[in-house]
Amino acid sequence: MIGPKPEGINVLWLQSGGCGGCTMSLLCADSCNLFEMLSSAGVRFLWHPSLSEETGVEVTRVMERCLSGQVTLDALCVEGSLLRGPNGTGRFHLLAGTGRPMIQWVRELASVARYTVAVGTCAAYGGVTAAGGNPTDACGLQYEGDEPGGLLGVEYRSRSGLPVINIAGCPTHPNWVVETLMCLAFGLFSERDMDALGRPRFYADHLVHHGCTRNEYYEFKASAEKPSDLGCMMENMGCKGTQAHADCNIRLWNGEGSCTRGGYACISCTEPGFEEPGHPFAQTPKIAGIPVGLPTDMPKAWFVALASLSKSATPKRVRENAVSDHQVITPAIRKTRLR
Amino acid sequence: MSRLVVGPFNRVEGDLEVTLEVAAGRVRSARVNSPLYRGFEQILRGKDPMDALVFAPRICGICSVSQSVAAASALASLMKLEPPENGRLATNLILAAENLADHFTHFYLFFMPDFARDVYRHRPWFTAVQARFKAIEGSAAGDALPARAKLLSLMGSMAGKWPHTLSIQPGGSARPVEGGEKIRLYSILREFRRSLEKTLFGDALEAVAGLESARDLEGWMAARAPDASDFRLFLEIAQDLALEKLGRATDRFLSYGTYSQGDGFMFRRGVWEGGFKPLDVDAITEDISHSWMAGPAKPQPPAHGVTQPLAEKPKAYSWCKAPRLNGDVAETGALARQVVNGHPLIRDLVAQSGGNVRNRVIARLLELALVVPAMESWVRALEPGAPFCHHAPVPEEGCGVGLTESARGSLGHWLEVRRGRIHNYQIISPTTWNFSPRDAQGVPGPLEQALVGVPVQEGETVPVAVQHVVRSFDPCMVCTVH
Repeated sequence: MIGPKPEGINVLWLQSGGCGGCTMSLLCADSCNLFEMLSSAGVRFLWHPSLSEETGVEVTRVMERCLSGQVTLDALCVEGSLLRGPNGTGRFHLLAGTGRPMIQWVRELASVARYTVAVGTCAAYGGVTAAGGNPTDACGLQYEGDEPGGLLGVEYRSRSGLPVINIAGCPTHPNWVVETLMCLAFGLFSERDMDALGRPRFYADHLVHHGCTRNEYYEFKASAEKPSDLGCMMENMGCKGTQAHADCNIRLWNGEGSCTRGGYACISCTEPGFEEPGHPFAQTPKIAGIPVGLPTDMPKAWFVALASLSKSATPKRVRENAVSDHQVITPAIRKTRLR
Repeated sequence: MSRLVVGPFNRVEGDLEVTLEVAAGRVRSARVNSPLYRGFEQILRGKDPMDALVFAPRICGICSVSQSVAAASALASLMKLEPPENGRLATNLILAAENLADHFTHFYLFFMPDFARDVYRHRPWFTAVQARFKAIEGSAAGDALPARAKLLSLMGSMAGKWPHTLSIQPGGSARPVEGGEKIRLYSILREFRRSLEKTLFGDALEAVAGLESARDLEGWMAARAPDASDFRLFLEIAQDLALEKLGRATDRFLSYGTYSQGDGFMFRRGVWEGGFKPLDVDAITEDISHSWMAGPAKPQPPAHGVTQPLAEKPKAYSWCKAPRLNGDVAETGALARQVVNGHPLIRDLVAQSGGNVRNRVIARLLELALVVPAMESWVRALEPGAPFCHHAPVPEEGCGVGLTESARGSLGHWLEVRRGRIHNYQIISPTTWNFSPRDAQGVPGPLEQALVGVPVQEGETVPVAVQHVVRSFDPCMVCTVH
């Protein structure tokens, strides 16, 4: 399926109103040598703000050559939200040395790019920078929260005919980015590979719940009550792992981690609008003692019935460990062998 | 006199623009601008206080744990909560892993590649440096990135992920370490130590940490070939280019102290002005006379600070405010930390040549040698089974202050809660100190001072010496403009 030699792609990476965390995360990619891996797939950085030598006018020259067509811009990667304020001027983020708003540069470069890629939830949907009263009028490249539109508009298509590819996540997992860029370099990415919110399906067709090490606690509704408890964090601690699209518990972070393994709730950072959940992040909103945000594809009545049944069947081990910071009861050893 | 605007300024975290007045081949004056504003202090108003733990790390992807630690300790001071010993050790380990990864990334990916620029092609060390440090292509990246990723696997274990963990809580860590994990954590540190000893230093960490004077350092250098290790190669370049004469700022150094132990810190809190002084936190104010900010003309202490952007303002030229200590400029960072803490080598170097490009880099690398052994001892001290986190309700009313050190210097969060919600949240990050604009008295910030006198060669549009000075501070602009 993968051709003998990729044609390769020229990547221009810009950082807008974000924290740079997606780049920092990218550098944690667990390949033996990230740069060699990318270049072996034909991924060439025309410029990346953290990694390239060029600075100042050397950079604007690179961008101008892309705009004039002297250099082919295959993938425009944007990290960070697009800041339209104040009053639509884009003045909250002028590209240094140019006196021009970043949103203007992005609009122009997106018009010549073969693919436009939003790296991170900020660039995809607005993200944390758009939280609260959204003081900078931040939005994503082609979304504002879950509303299509954003900076480039509903109709926008890059030269390939694809809408913006949203590698959502706060931050993104390094391998989501590496694999997307490699797929693009090998010509293996089409609209079929994107979900309804523009995310690569290879990671967005999973739920954070899949592979969660707390699943035994979930099965028995044995719930954590405070940070450092071992139990399931859905009932009390605001965990959205059963609703959030990502493979974090299958494809681990930094070798062996995930949010739930790190002892805290999934805050659904790959979802549009995660920054304003309408409740404190670490608390589960409930009505009549029942969490509001139940698994999306399960009838509520069934969930409630099963939960009360499983709660009444919870083994002592699971019940007690759920509210402890270490196993106080270990699994029993049966003499009869496993059957 | 000619004017030079340098930007986009890369390999610094976030956006930076520097405007230089140049005459007779030297910088006469500099203005430093952060042309990006994000508004976290506005976003945090009205939120549940504990939500600061979600927002604060997202101020910055490079020092996200430092932001978490500052937020958690501001909440802890509000909640009158002390973490248990395990929680303290876990927080130290997570914070140290980030700080060391920062120092390491800065040296290999952000700072050294500038010496592989064509402008140095006639220097004796150029061929070696180009092969090793050329951006993206040099062999160092192939050594440094896997070593960095491996060190940060400590984050996978202890913090779930990096950046943007939520495991750091006001009462300690939400991620208890289990029995067998201590050995895994220890192996991660041993592996990182090995890569530092083999390729960065070419010597034992303890030997580097034990250098006591400039003369010791010269002796260490003389005993090794110029390309014996990456640190040795840096010293060769530093000597050839006289980097100790480049980028001197104000020589007043600030550290909030870090890595808590007992009732103090491994690196102590204080100020250095030719001599050690205790830090008076109440003497910190922020001046907005040259910032695109509305608010009272008189500099405000952060607890009463206001953050209200104002894009059109006469004389203003940056989104960065100007923090001052007793009304004076102060420099913060690894160099400041080690001067304040009293490391003999750093004290001696600063006594001879002040704060400058060479000394900032040496202090940063020295911290790698000092902190890895400390991390090994913290892992040994963890007690699986004992508590990692204490708990308390968040008061409806009150104030909290969280002070910590990120790799690049002193970071403070000031929090006020009213009726159970965040009423005010003010942040002063290290780069706000170092890259501050002028204040009402017209006094330039540390970098603005450090750039004066820097040579600009004929035809240079992006003077390479200016780049060394800027990057020697390891700036984090996204923090600055939070």
